[in-house]
Parts: sequence; C-alpha cells; structure tokens
Amino acid sequence: MSTPVIQQTPLRDFSRVLGIGAYRPDVIVTNDDVCQWIDSSDEWIRQRTGIVTRHRANANTSVLDMAEGAAKEAMAQAGITGDQLGAVIVSTVSHPYATPSAAAALADRVGATPAPAFDISAACAGYCYGIAQADALVRSGTADYVLVVGAEKLSDVIDNTERTISFLLGDGAGAVVVGPSDIPGISKPVWGSDGSKWDTISMTHSLNSVRELSLAAEAAGSLSAVSDTFDEKDTKLWPTLRQDGPSVFRWAVWEMAKVAKQALAAAGLQPEDLAAFVPHQANMRIIDEMVKQLKLPESVVVARDIADAGNTSAASIPLATHRLLQENPALSGGLALQIGFGAGLVFGAQVIVLP
Amino acid sequence: MASNEEILAGLAEIVNEETGLAPEAVEMDKSFTDDLDIDSISMMTIVVNAEEKFGVRIPDEEVKNLKTVGDAVNFIVNAQA
Repeated sequence: MSTPVIQQTPLRDFSRVLGIGAYRPDVIVTNDDVCQWIDSSDEWIRQRTGIVTRHRANANTSVLDMAEGAAKEAMAQAGITGDQLGAVIVSTVSHPYATPSAAAALADRVGATPAPAFDISAACAGYCYGIAQADALVRSGTADYVLVVGAEKLSDVIDNTERTISFLLGDGAGAVVVGPSDIPGISKPVWGSDGSKWDTISMTHSLNSVRELSLAAEAAGSLSAVSDTFDEKDTKLWPTLRQDGPSVFRWAVWEMAKVAKQALAAAGLQPEDLAAFVPHQANMRIIDEMVKQLKLPESVVVARDIADAGNTSAASIPLATHRLLQENPALSGGLALQIGFGAGLVFGAQVIVLP
Repeated sequence: MASNEEILAGLAEIVNEETGLAPEAVEMDKSFTDDLDIDSISMMTIVVNAEEKFGVRIPDEEVKNLKTVGDAVNFIVNAQA
C-alpha cells in the first residue's frame, strides 16, 4: 500500500479588487459642533487637521448596519452573491462585542453563511491587513471570493470633551470584494507592527478596570460612592481613545513614507506609475507631508476624503477610494498605492488595481 | 561642528520653511509656542528637519523640553559634541 498523500489546492497567479462599496452615516458634525465640547475654533481645527466635517452614525445605526450597507454595494458591483463568498473579513475596533465577531453576523446578513468569518484588530491599518489576507486566500485557492470590510462607529469609543483625538474621528464603512484575476491586481504587502509604541494611541483603560469598578459600585450601591477610588483617567467608566498626537504625527509621516516607498518597490513601480495615492485619512497635514516625502508627481490623484469624513480608522481607505472612483471614474483600472497606519502601532501598504 | 550662531541660523531657515516666519524673528529667547505660534505638529516637522540638517537625534520625549529656540540650539550643540 502506498503512503497516502494529501491533496493541496492548486495556486492561482493573480487576484484583484472586483467591486467597492461605501456607507456614510448621515449625522454631519461640523467644527462648530465640536467647539461646543472643546475650547477651539473652526479655523484652528481646519488649519491643524484639514477637517471640515465628520459623519457620525445615529444611536440606531450599528457597526454591522454600516458594514452591511457597504458590503452589499461592493458585492453588487463585483456581481458576486453571498453564496460565492469564501471568507468574510471585517476590520474594526468599535464593534461593541469582544465576541462574537462582527464578521460572522455580517456573513449571515449578506447571505454568505456558512462562509468562514473573522474580525481583524489592526485599527487604521486593518483594511490593508484585510486586503493582504484576501489576496493570500484567493491566490492560495482557499477561497474564490473574499469580502473585506472596514467598519467603525468611533463615536461610541470617544469622549467629545477631550482634545487629543476625538474631534478628528468619524463613523462609516467601506467594503471590497477580492477575487481571481487575469492580471496582477494586488502587490505584496509591506506590513508590520511596533508594539514598543503600544500606548501612543490607546484606550484610556482596560475592560478589567471597568469590571472592577462596576463590581465595587454594585457592592457600594452607587458609582459615585466608589469613583474616587478608581485611579483610571477621568474616572469615567467607559474607556475611550487617546493619542500622543505629535509622536504619532512624526511616526506617521517619516516612518510611513519609508513604508510607502518600500511598498512601491515591492510592486516594482515608480511614483509616476501611480494613478492614485490613498493614505489612511488621519490628518490632512500627514497626507500633505507624506506626498512631499514621496515626491509624487502632480499626475497622481491624492485622496483627501478626510475634509468631509474625518478619520474613520479602518473604513478610511475604502471610503476614500470609493469617493475617488465616483469623482474620477477614469481612475478605474489604474494603480493606487494605499497605506494604513495606526494603533498598535501597526502599518500595512500595497498597490492595487482600482476596480 | 557648527557654532551656536550657525545652528541658530540653520534652525531659523527650517522654521521659515515650515511656517513662513522671517528668519530674524527666530531668536534665542523666543518661545516656540508663545512667541512664534508654532503648534506641536509643526514643531515635529522642524525637529525632523533639524535632525537631518545637523546630524543629531532628538527623541520624542525630548521635544517637550525644547520650549525656546535657545533650548533647541543648546540641545543640538550638546548632541553634536
């Protein structure tokens, strides 16, 4: 009897993004609205961040609702139905359940059950991480079509009265379908992490602290009776995001410009080969400074969705890409360099053929 | 190695490039935030450009201590020594 041999799936040569969708919630928060919560001005915020408005979801709209809206548009554009999806990947830091995942519920909502489904926790780099995963799944033959979604309701995890990060953030979702391709459509990712800067962008405190304070409050009969024994920031029960802005800015511009250059090199391209540059929409000044560092020619269209949408973490790159394609349909088929970077710290960059 | 005057002049050039401020406004006793109205993000750009120009390393945690132009000049002089 011969030794049994396992059968492995034949590899595919290429994959690409086949369709893209977006969900922009309809509550518009202006800089004047923000100035009710922090001592600032419209001019100050525009000058330092380039943000004019951000979209936020109402109380009845969840991360999943937004993910579903974006996913269905991406699937329709790709001409793919739920039963064809071989995996569903959602990148989010604001799905309000540690478990179960947003991806499993989303898979069911888009008719993909029993497709494998999982969430990625890679903050603002999560969408690029998801594209790297989808590319690997499709080219390995593990999946035919993969749904990748970046969805965030950051308004649930901010404190509007603090001034390091909350005023930058918005809600929304962007989605794509990745599938087999006759031409190369997704380059090798340049991705990584730097956990030595773990606390540069982070929640104020852990869920363990929330549990301890909740238990103490329950025992004492009220939260106010125990809140002064709670040494976490602001003694607020609900953890919210904070960042060390200047440190993040320095890392985002000068370290990420190197990563963007490496991603171009990994794709075998020069800056002039690009049709578009879609950096994570963190801050207009980061975008401007990166464009300078990369010496992009004027022919490269730069995504600046942040002015209207704010920083939507994992959703920002697909949202910005969706908008670029709506405003410049001729970009379809062109090459876009995308780079995500954020809390972790983590980063990911690759070049894609625009759907 | 550059003298204090050369570093001040180089720094003034960098500040001018980032903010448009006249180089002669960049004096040793001027505070970056209070006198020159330079925000924390512009300050980081100035710091990175100064690192490149003067061949020194200015860590993030050190930037907070550079309140005046003189603080920055002195830091760079010591870092070059």
